[in-house]
Amino acid sequence: MVSDATGLRLKLARLQVVQLICLEAAVNGYSTQNPSFCVIPTTTFHNYHYWHILFSYSLINVHTVRSAAFTVRTAASRPQFTNSPTMIVMVGLPARGKTYISKKLTRYLNWIGVPTQVFNLGQYRREAVKSYKNYEFFRPDNEEAMNIRRACALNALKDIANYFAKEQGQVAVFDATNTTRERRGVIISFAKEKGYKVFFIESICDDPEIIEANIMEVKVSSPDYENCDKEEALEDFLKRIECYKTTYVSLDDESDRHLSYIKIFNVGSRYLVNRVQDHIQSRIVYYLMNIHVTPRSIYLSRHGESELNLLGRIGGDSGLSSQGKKYASTLSEFIRDQAIKDLKVWTSHMKRTIQTAEALGVAYEQWKALNEIDAGVCEEMTYEEIQENYPEEFAMRDQDKYRYRYPKGESYEDLVHRLEPVIMELERQENVLVICHQAVMRCLLAYFLDKSADELPYLKCPLHTVLRLTPVAYGCKIEPFYLNIKAVNTHREKPVVSQRTFNSIADHQFQQLISMVYLFSRMWM
Amino acid sequence: MRGAGRSNSTDPDRTVCMTNCPTLIVTVGLPARGKTYISKKLTRYLNWIGVPTKEFNVGQYRRECVKIYKSFEFFRPDNEEGLKIRKQCASAALNDVRQYLTEEGGQVAVFDATNTTRERRETINRFAEQNGFKVFFVESVCEDPDVIAENIVQVKLGSPDYTHCNTEQAVEDFMKRIKCYENSYQPLDEVLDRELSFIKIIDVGRRYLVNQVQDHIQSRIVYYLMNIHITPRSIYLCRHGESELNVRGRIGGDSGLTARGKEFARCLGQFMHKQGISDLKVWTSQMKRTIQTAEALGVPYEQWKALNEIDAGVCEELMYEEIQQRYPLEFALRDQDKYRYRYPKGESYEDLVQRLEPVIMELERQENVLVICHQAVMRCLLAYFLDKTAEELPYLKCPLHSVLKLTPVAYGCKVERISLKVEAVNTHRERPENVNVHRTAEDALQTVPAHL
Repeated sequence: MVSDATGLRLKLARLQVVQLICLEAAVNGYSTQNPSFCVIPTTTFHNYHYWHILFSYSLINVHTVRSAAFTVRTAASRPQFTNSPTMIVMVGLPARGKTYISKKLTRYLNWIGVPTQVFNLGQYRREAVKSYKNYEFFRPDNEEAMNIRRACALNALKDIANYFAKEQGQVAVFDATNTTRERRGVIISFAKEKGYKVFFIESICDDPEIIEANIMEVKVSSPDYENCDKEEALEDFLKRIECYKTTYVSLDDESDRHLSYIKIFNVGSRYLVNRVQDHIQSRIVYYLMNIHVTPRSIYLSRHGESELNLLGRIGGDSGLSSQGKKYASTLSEFIRDQAIKDLKVWTSHMKRTIQTAEALGVAYEQWKALNEIDAGVCEEMTYEEIQENYPEEFAMRDQDKYRYRYPKGESYEDLVHRLEPVIMELERQENVLVICHQAVMRCLLAYFLDKSADELPYLKCPLHTVLRLTPVAYGCKIEPFYLNIKAVNTHREKPVVSQRTFNSIADHQFQQLISMVYLFSRMWM
Repeated sequence: MRGAGRSNSTDPDRTVCMTNCPTLIVTVGLPARGKTYISKKLTRYLNWIGVPTKEFNVGQYRRECVKIYKSFEFFRPDNEEGLKIRKQCASAALNDVRQYLTEEGGQVAVFDATNTTRERRETINRFAEQNGFKVFFVESVCEDPDVIAENIVQVKLGSPDYTHCNTEQAVEDFMKRIKCYENSYQPLDEVLDRELSFIKIIDVGRRYLVNQVQDHIQSRIVYYLMNIHITPRSIYLCRHGESELNVRGRIGGDSGLTARGKEFARCLGQFMHKQGISDLKVWTSQMKRTIQTAEALGVPYEQWKALNEIDAGVCEELMYEEIQQRYPLEFALRDQDKYRYRYPKGESYEDLVQRLEPVIMELERQENVLVICHQAVMRCLLAYFLDKTAEELPYLKCPLHSVLKLTPVAYGCKVERISLKVEAVNTHRERPENVNVHRTAEDALQTVPAHL
């Protein structure tokens, strides 16, 4: 029988061990798709190294739950953008770019890791009223239609509440005209009752050319006008806008001074920003003030094939192989043929991208942020060597390639964070050629093509291929140009087997952990 | 520029500036609206992120011209002689701006004056056009009498103009001075000035009107101005407790705390508790030693990867003696230009600053924050708050086991250094005298602090 003092020491020691493991897991940056929760009372550290030897670290994925005294977020966590869910409410007449802004903003927020969703009222209306006849539906004196439209709005709000409560959403974009004070009042009361923050985005435009261009680009092809020709659609839509104009009340400097909003005038020539409440709103404002609609193209390409590519080794800072050099000169010809106005060229700080850019013979800018993902201890290894030296790491990477961080290296999630200023500057710029690396290009591509975190690490970005991205309507047109210079393939698909093997390893350790927690919770009582 | 890196060579064709032509920032507003506060803060921020910036305060020029300030009568709109002198001062300041931007390598100049009439702003626009500068106006509009009174008390009473007056006299005179400007004040107008690039800050940041942002630097300036506030608060900076690698004289790595380090963490917890701050935010890096330090506080904390210590690349976990042995050339190059020198496969202080910019932006947004970080990181943050140059930055003293409390006051920052009386090893390495690449090991290791 152990004495009381020793027994207590033992209890403390075991408590510390579990805490250590969780701490280690957190520190080493593992989050997991199947969170295992550990709630542990606080204690102080003793004999760290002794227990460290006994229980090898970072084999268990845990999320720690915030308890009163013990709080460790997973190391991959970003600073909290917002404590309460935020509703972004669009305001503006039809064809003012509300849906364009909604979709673009949602894409950006999701990319930086803020779960966001658009709720487009037009969609709800199309579901309620199966076929659209003409603009008469939108006349302010059409009682029946008004009721339908109001019901749709309430349905959308209900779905938003569900998105926040059940689906862990953080931002919802309510995309509708919201042109009357009354409608905005309904939304504000709803949000207040639920404890959501509200941020309005109003788009004001009186340039008839911009409005007509909008209508031609996105409205005439809408489901509402399937059976009409372009002229008819345009005419009907203009009448639709007139229906709203009579009751349109813009956000007012005086009466709405307590609301948080940004007013965008004439596609960004002017902005009025009122009462920004928190970090996420500040980021949203910054983003909106940097985007533009001037037509342009973004060219994404990897460096030419490198020496380490040929050897099947990842990372490093090698120069171009002979094929790589051929690519660089072919790229130069390709760019010349494209005859792009005012092209900016960006590279990373690594030899292989710089050498590729050099062949173009034009000025280029180096961004450290465009450097390839840092593979830490696995730098310059082949996949076979990684499997041999770090089999568990290798398996864990395949389990969650987006969040997995190489020991002493980075994760795709870190990469996205690192690339955010690049994206912001890409939004500001017009024609740009970005010469970068595989993982980096995947992150950039995921932003433009709205790919999820699960798809991102497996996007195909082969060597010696240029992707041309051209914003069009609500999205991005992508054209690949393979420049016909042979290169090795560096793409590694997601293996199928690892899942089960990994789960069995994790489960085993998790069993151990849970039995320990159970054990000392008994002792503690 | 965030991201606009330079290769290690200083080939001028490869250095890319943030702006193609220099930018002239022009403040606009009645007296006591925070123009000088904004000018100084903006200048400090731009210099820290690597954009050479300087402010030109016309009030200073006026004080040099008119040695003694008598009363508000100088500013009366019908005081012909006063007007002449003030116009001369403005011209002198613009001349210096031109010299700074064209001959001294400056990229941004902040012209800090009331500039309340459309006529004066026209003059500045013409001047800028002639010289190929871009112009960006920053107007501060405020009608809240409490804010204005507070401004006057904080910065005007101590001004050289009022050294010989008592408080009441000074306040009275200053209010009359403001009156002199009010009649001729023409604020920037949405319609009449729609071709100009400007930001109008209304009521200390409650509302902003932004017009015609032309380029990247203006966009960054707008973002910065929209994130700063003047709510009183304090920022606490400290390093992690003493770590295992610290006592062994090794740099970098990711080791845990020593016993003394843990003692410091405990004392830090007591200290912060005694400070009695509501709503204190605690930030750490993602390295063990800062996390362990924060754990002892027993409050929620946030981990920032950006706060991780500078990556020493191939020199990680080496002692200075070993670095001298294996990489004597690198060691010497580092001493020659510690700010820009980048460890092979690692980072430079310059890279650190870029990495820390979002941290600074968020610190500006927040109120009371405790940042538990590392030596090089703390130096960068401190340099931002205390306006230190790139030369001074890598040699700022940030010893273990002491807390720096920074409180914004007037135009700058008050610093209180609190040592928590827990012994720790010294990790500060001064610049040695001999930085020549051919120096002896003895010369190189002259300033290395003692360790086990």
